[in-house]
Amino acid sequence: MAIVATTTKFSVYGRPVLAWIVGLLFFFPIFWLVLTSFKTDADAVKPEFLLFFTPTLDNYLNMTENYDYWRFATNSIITSVFATIFALAVGIPSAYAMAFNPSRATKDVLMWMLSTKMLPAAAVLYPMTFITKSIGLFDTHFMVIVVLMLINLPIVIWMLFTYFKEIPKDIIEAGQMDGVNTWGEVKEILIPLAWGGIASTALLCFIFCWNEAYWTVRLTTTEAATLSKLIEGNRAPEGLFFGRLSAVSAAAVGPIVVLGWFCQKQLVQGLTFGAVK
Amino acid sequence: MGRIVLENVTKSFGDAQVIPPLDLTIEDGEFAVFVGPSGCGKSTLLRLIAGLEETTSGRIVIDDNDATQVPPSKRGLAMVFQSYALYPHMSVRKNIAFPLRMAKMDQAAIDTKVEAAAKILNLADYLEQKPGQLSGGQRQRVAIGRAIVREPAAFLFDEPLSNLDAALRVGMRLEISELHNRLNTTMIYVTHDQVEAMTMADKIVVLRAGNIEQVGSPLDLYHTPRNIFVAGFIGSPKMNIIDGPEAEKQGATSIGFRPEHTDVSTTEGMWKGRVGVAEHLGSDTFIHVHDTGLADMITVRITGDIAVTHGDDIYLTPQMDKLHKFDADGLRMA
Repeated sequence: MAIVATTTKFSVYGRPVLAWIVGLLFFFPIFWLVLTSFKTDADAVKPEFLLFFTPTLDNYLNMTENYDYWRFATNSIITSVFATIFALAVGIPSAYAMAFNPSRATKDVLMWMLSTKMLPAAAVLYPMTFITKSIGLFDTHFMVIVVLMLINLPIVIWMLFTYFKEIPKDIIEAGQMDGVNTWGEVKEILIPLAWGGIASTALLCFIFCWNEAYWTVRLTTTEAATLSKLIEGNRAPEGLFFGRLSAVSAAAVGPIVVLGWFCQKQLVQGLTFGAVK
Repeated sequence: MGRIVLENVTKSFGDAQVIPPLDLTIEDGEFAVFVGPSGCGKSTLLRLIAGLEETTSGRIVIDDNDATQVPPSKRGLAMVFQSYALYPHMSVRKNIAFPLRMAKMDQAAIDTKVEAAAKILNLADYLEQKPGQLSGGQRQRVAIGRAIVREPAAFLFDEPLSNLDAALRVGMRLEISELHNRLNTTMIYVTHDQVEAMTMADKIVVLRAGNIEQVGSPLDLYHTPRNIFVAGFIGSPKMNIIDGPEAEKQGATSIGFRPEHTDVSTTEGMWKGRVGVAEHLGSDTFIHVHDTGLADMITVRITGDIAVTHGDDIYLTPQMDKLHKFDADGLRMA
């Protein structure tokens, strides 16, 4: 499981230092984003105020007063939560079927699902826009939820499949001998046993939905617009409003960063696909 | 009740037929053991009865009802798996209660039954623990407890003792036999260990490559094996089989004699050989004899001890009334 560390000088001093460097490197953009969000638009582009400036909350106040931040945030929550729930509702039975009753086609089906992620999204942009507009679903929560669910379904099914594969088939069969039906197997045995994996999958799916920008920006205008759309809306071509843009971005990524912080363990587990027990 | 009848049952995985057409009847209350070398189809046969595998053709009848298409959960059979297959997220109590809860029995009745089963199986002190905290033998008992509480038509055991150490295995073997005497319910037990088969079974079914080689009581199989395969498989140490002139003298293609049915002398006898390894068990001695000109090695078993060491000459005489004769097809001659 764990790599056994030999106590060399590198492992004692070098590794923590290296870890900190990598950590700070990854954290820097967020730090800079938050820092800039407290500057005025004018200060944000002036080199003399790079680190030392008079902080202001104007950007944040401006955002909630003029741009209706809470509506975008609510839309993000609604669409991400429901897309995750639906993805799990479809993903759990699918992964269950493929993990415990595989057929010759199972491998191909899994690969086919993954292959849908290889298609450039831009290739279906026009048909998607056209279809959603013509059936009246453009800029609706329902459509955003469906799209978010569909684009995340392959990864959800793959992750769940990997977790379910680790459950010994004997236990499921013991359940069958003990008189449970298929729903009972899922409810009484599969879900309790794969709970950690399901939670990791849900969390990752939620984050992907929250961060999704390509479709949410293009298939919404106002009603179902999410935080991605809010950021997009504050992007001025002249690049003059960095302070405002940073505040909006910080407010958009804030919740997910906090969520990620509290669920570090599940996330790491989810991203390593069950390799770490 | 628990009478199980297999009629013309076959099973194929893809193009490979693992169970050729097979008929078998297991009577109510019988302790039947499927025994055979690994890959002989014994576990597959058990899983067909359980419903965990679908039959390719043929019928499985449980208590006069055609169960061929009935899912495992509705067959009324209980199974004990080689890996125990306990629910790791449930306490011992919940594990044992699980089939009853699934049958929607009321809580008071469940508690009574679980307590009773725990008492029989010496699990009363462990009811609140999780399977992960138990030893192999205890886990096995929980698996058996989970099987007995629901009073199934029959118990299916799939090599239940092979993960236990030798001493525990002997103990559990006795416990399962006692359980059978107490419950008088049909039990079907799969093992590759002929000692388990001999000691526990009312009826042994010897399988090879999906074919039933012989069905009978342990002593039937020991005294009158139907062919060379059964002769070699049942009994420990294995029966000695000899081909060639010595067999022809007896009017057979092959003759077989058991190690314990051979008289041994250091001075005179029918065949002369040289002592290889002598295994002294105290009560018995197994002597492996070489250079007899009959077979690579002949094993004999004598009660008590005999003063021979490696390289000594030794004389063997099979007991003629206990000689087994086989024809060119390997079948027993009358």
